[in-house]
Amino acid sequence: MSITLDLGQRVLRSRAVAALTSPHGVDRYLELVNPMWAATEVRARLTAVHREVDVPGAPPVTTLTFQPTNTWRGHRSGQYVQIGVELDGGRRTTRVFSISSPDSRPGEQFTVTLRANPDTPAERSVSRFLAERARPGLVVHLSQAEGAFTLPDRVPERIVFITGGSGITPAMAMLRSLLLRTHRGRVTFLHYAQSPDHQIYREELADIARAGYGIDVHLVYPRRGGRYFSPMDLERLVPGYRDVDTWACGPAGLLEKVREAYSADGEVSEKLRVEYFRPPAASTGSAEGEVAFTRTGATAANTGATLLEQAEAAGLRPESGCRMGICFSCTTRKSEGTVRNVLTGETSSLPDEDIRICVSTPEGDCAVEL
Amino acid sequence: MPTEKISLTPEQLEAFGAEMDAIRQRIIADLGEDDAAYIRSVVKAQRGFEIAGRALFYLPPAWPLAVAALSVSKILDNMEIGHNVMHGQYDWMGDPALSSRMFEWDNVCPSDQWKYSHNYIHHTFTNILGKDRDIGYGVLRMDEEQPWHPYYLGNPLYAFLLMVFFEWGVAMHDLEVENIVAGRRKLSDNAALHAGIMRKVKRQAVKDYLLFPALTGPLFPLTLAGNATANLVRNIWAFNIIFCGHFPAGVATFTKEECEDESRGQWYYRQLLGSANITGSKLMHLMSGNLSHQIEHHLFPDLPARRYPEIAEQVREICERYGLRYNTGPLHSQLFSVAKKIVRLSLPGRKKRPEGADHAAPAGLAA
Repeated sequence: MSITLDLGQRVLRSRAVAALTSPHGVDRYLELVNPMWAATEVRARLTAVHREVDVPGAPPVTTLTFQPTNTWRGHRSGQYVQIGVELDGGRRTTRVFSISSPDSRPGEQFTVTLRANPDTPAERSVSRFLAERARPGLVVHLSQAEGAFTLPDRVPERIVFITGGSGITPAMAMLRSLLLRTHRGRVTFLHYAQSPDHQIYREELADIARAGYGIDVHLVYPRRGGRYFSPMDLERLVPGYRDVDTWACGPAGLLEKVREAYSADGEVSEKLRVEYFRPPAASTGSAEGEVAFTRTGATAANTGATLLEQAEAAGLRPESGCRMGICFSCTTRKSEGTVRNVLTGETSSLPDEDIRICVSTPEGDCAVEL
Repeated sequence: MPTEKISLTPEQLEAFGAEMDAIRQRIIADLGEDDAAYIRSVVKAQRGFEIAGRALFYLPPAWPLAVAALSVSKILDNMEIGHNVMHGQYDWMGDPALSSRMFEWDNVCPSDQWKYSHNYIHHTFTNILGKDRDIGYGVLRMDEEQPWHPYYLGNPLYAFLLMVFFEWGVAMHDLEVENIVAGRRKLSDNAALHAGIMRKVKRQAVKDYLLFPALTGPLFPLTLAGNATANLVRNIWAFNIIFCGHFPAGVATFTKEECEDESRGQWYYRQLLGSANITGSKLMHLMSGNLSHQIEHHLFPDLPARRYPEIAEQVREICERYGLRYNTGPLHSQLFSVAKKIVRLSLPGRKKRPEGADHAAPAGLAA
């Protein structure tokens, strides 16, 4: 079966087929027959929908199981994937989600656990569509798995996960991988959630804690009197934690605290790996000067927000995708001015530079070709 | 613009521009699933015709049918799909397969070069002599203001050759050969463009003149002739539709001076007077990529072309109110008008026509 499959894929990706289907490419023909046939593009069919959190008044959290096309190269636990769906009258909208299942091989199913983002209007929100309304049978567009927030090939003995809210998903994928690999070392799993009712994977985590595979699960509910761990608390739980391999994922506020706790003499421990779920708020950018959108001729006073947000506030609808600097669909030519990358804090003043406007804030006057 | 060519006061022009902007806003706010479903259905039909055409070459008696199907496929690909997608008409869908940045058409002209000369040069400087290189494509004399030269005695012949080899003409267009001959452009400026054209030509030729014929084995020559015929049919059709868009009698041209410091209203005015429509059936509009609505296309080049018929009603109503010319007519009369112009301009001009004569109603002028 897999030999014929491989052969078929090889033929479909051959230069001869590319030449015959030029200029459109073989995928433009295959998709008309069956959306799950592809030579290079990646798509997936939704096969199961499981509601993880369903608390009245709170955004639902849903786990979706996807069967990808056999172009899917597999993933390492901890990685994310871009998912594109058609919303708002035929507009493909793409967002990035962490994969919650353990490592997958090429063509294998995987799951994504996501929380509906209540801040965006339902008709334009990918997370709301997927968490609230998606039904099995839906076909979505995918990227390959991406991201370096993964376990190394040689898994360390001692591991710490610190996560908050839906930031639990990549850590959960890694934890599940560790269980499958029958990891022999010790794992400390520290998670912050709103309340037990809002706890994603509550039963699975309880089972893991009970089973005692050397995994300490600590669930903390700050709004219910639970408190954030101080460096002293961490030290008591994990002696010498700054030298222990740690993966942290969650809201920017939590990650800031974690960074501080892992800093000594002004340097963050190399053992700490963090993954932001949303780019940090851009409020640190200076709000002076004027932003010029040269193609439309619009100008606006610089508010310090990202160029994408400022363009949208000015009534423009620039192309954009993930809104967190991953997918490059918002790449735009900046003709002049200085911009700060909100992910890295780096500034750049090169003229005629292609920048990702979703993670760039202008510093002073700035002109972009929008 | 000097007043003789403009029949509206500056205030009227501004109001006229505002009405055009309002049409645009209404359509943009209304874009959605119907437009997406439409272009996808056209794509599906085009791919169907293409596959049917390629397959029918295996049945020698069905050769004419195969050629017809492949011709329809190429015409749809280049016009209703390619031309319109590359204008960015469907960019709002966010679908890479229908994105102006990614789309490549079944034509020897590379899409990136075409987008520059067409979307930017032609659509921005429409019918401005010396700026819009689509006036005569650097080969023909299509306007009285182009000074006559004995070379232009061949005008009808050049037009015929351009029609037969239209896709090659479009591909060569960006090389600006006429400017190289005139010494305004260096041959070395063309190196990168040349490489891009050769890449695309190779791909098109390998597909149509080598691989698909070879796949039909002993029918190689028949299939090759069929593919060449389909390319020819597309060339002739596209040439005729496009020449009816800007060259029938009564379409106005402008000088650079007339277009200095142009306002938005003036831009719309120039697009309106610089274009001509073709009346016809729904099928005619589809096969012309809705360039039968050249006027609406030039007013709103980035709105989905399927909207042009509905926009046309509003534009005509506005034109009537402002007393502006709306040049339209059936295909045969527009074609005749273009052919007449090609022949007449091959000869040196008679005395310049009296002022206002080019505002006279052409044969196909709408009531």
